[in-house]
Amino acid sequence: MTVLLQADNIAKHFGGIRALKDVSLTINAGEIYGLIGPNGAGKTTFFNVITGLYQRDGGDIVFAGQPLHVESPHEVTQAGIARTFQNIRLFAEMSALENVMVGRHLRSKGSVIGAMLRTPAVRAEEAAIKTKALELLAYVGIAGKAEVRAASLSYGDQRRLEIARALATEPKLLALDEPAAGMNATETAGLRALIEKVRADGTTVLLIEHDVKLIMGLCDRVAVLDYGEKIAEDVPAVVQKDPRVVSAYLGVPYEQ
Amino acid sequence: MYAQKKKIAGVALIGVALAILPFVIGMGFGNAWMRMLDFALLYIMLALGLNIVVGFAGLLDLGYIAFYAVGAYIYALLASPHFGLHWPLWAILPLGALVAGMFGMLLGAPTLRLRGDYLAIVTLGFGEIIRIFLNNLNAPINITNGPKGIAGIDPLAKNIEIFGYALHSLYLIYYLFVALALLIVVVTMRLEKSRLGRAWVAIREDEIAAKACGINTRNVKLLAFAMGASFGGVAGGLFAGFQQFVSPESFGLFESIMVLCMVVLGGMGNIPGVILGAVVLTVLPELFRQWAGPMQMALFGQTYIDPESMRLLLFGIALILVMRFRPMGLLPSSRRKAEFEHAAEEGVTS
Repeated sequence: MTVLLQADNIAKHFGGIRALKDVSLTINAGEIYGLIGPNGAGKTTFFNVITGLYQRDGGDIVFAGQPLHVESPHEVTQAGIARTFQNIRLFAEMSALENVMVGRHLRSKGSVIGAMLRTPAVRAEEAAIKTKALELLAYVGIAGKAEVRAASLSYGDQRRLEIARALATEPKLLALDEPAAGMNATETAGLRALIEKVRADGTTVLLIEHDVKLIMGLCDRVAVLDYGEKIAEDVPAVVQKDPRVVSAYLGVPYEQ
Repeated sequence: MYAQKKKIAGVALIGVALAILPFVIGMGFGNAWMRMLDFALLYIMLALGLNIVVGFAGLLDLGYIAFYAVGAYIYALLASPHFGLHWPLWAILPLGALVAGMFGMLLGAPTLRLRGDYLAIVTLGFGEIIRIFLNNLNAPINITNGPKGIAGIDPLAKNIEIFGYALHSLYLIYYLFVALALLIVVVTMRLEKSRLGRAWVAIREDEIAAKACGINTRNVKLLAFAMGASFGGVAGGLFAGFQQFVSPESFGLFESIMVLCMVVLGGMGNIPGVILGAVVLTVLPELFRQWAGPMQMALFGQTYIDPESMRLLLFGIALILVMRFRPMGLLPSSRRKAEFEHAAEEGVTS
């Protein structure tokens, strides 16, 4: 099994608050890796550090055999990590198709001069971007909504569109920040099928989630964060019974 | 196929209309109107340039006129008796576009982290800095001739005679301006439909998500500033050759706000809207200036309100009316229209 992402002793603090205390974890290629923990445990902070939105205060990340220098998020995306956001961040006034087409920005290279002259190469590239974007919309199951404004899509479709946009960057690792938040049971089941399909097609998935049933059913391995520290990392069945995890979620039994 | 034919017919129709327009206006209304027409074309170029920065990329720029000034002074310095240089137009315009584009990046670089009102204040300051520089660069070495400005600039065109028929230079200038304005329109339309145009809109919509999509927001924003500024530089060069005189006072804050009004009033981000905004805001104030005085004389026998202040008064009223009844602009882009309707719906439900 090859390691896709290795994070060693990641630290991040905001002023005096240590949001992440030397968190280390390893994500293998081809797995669905869950990251759980109570509210405020540092899951999203860890996410933002991995994806370059925050600068880490310590630690090393090796991604796909290369040290990951995260100066800016677009470099992380270039390296092959794509993400979605906890509060959906779509380009609200662009159509669904255009949203995914923006995701192709990184994997296309038409220059400003080329765009002005509309050279055959630029036209061909533009057509390819559109074809690929339409394919991705079909892949996540919203092919019929290509021309719909992103803000007008239903909540579940917005989540799917965000995944399509992330997949458009051709990631090796797809990082999803609470994709099932606010979804009903049917939508969650659909999402689960989609995540499994993404993994089956060769993309590793990192998942933050509160829906324990989803995590336990879907993930190959799970890490648990509590107060910025990793307290467990194993297959779901083991993590579920770990006394530290139980006490992090439910508290320590009262002793007389 | 049918759509293609229709498109060609439409382009041909616009072409013919633009070709005969000066004769209709020149014969019917005189040369003052021809000048106004030429100015409207200059403002179209300016407004389309600002539209890239404000309309597409969503970066509020209140110092845009500085790039117009840069273009104008480059023309003035390279084609006037001031330095004794007399470069041809075709050499100066690209140079003006290039230098203005560089100034655009110069402004863009330190403001990359700013948005909204903060950006507006910094760009406002930048515009003033350029104007004050032009005002004071007459000592110790006289570069810009200071507040006196540069006079005697080479004209863009001379009056000529075709088939024994005298043609005023205003007509030739008109065709030159139309050609360049059309060029700018085509370039803007193509940029809008390119990956860069999409990246600009993405930054406007959500900068963090745009970064996460792999857009190098720094470069793409700098490109927006440079493109917008280069259009301003071209328009500035034409302005200098057209007026044959430049001085720093032509490039004040009010001019920046005027161009911004054209973009906002016409419909931010929508090319036909911006063109309409530029035409309306060039022609209407002139109309008031010409008619306000005589009309008062005819009605009351004397002028109560000075036509110049009346012009600003009516201009203000017109702006308020548009903002009240068409807040998305006269010709909004479909995207922007949806945005406003969406906001209105939310207002009802919440």
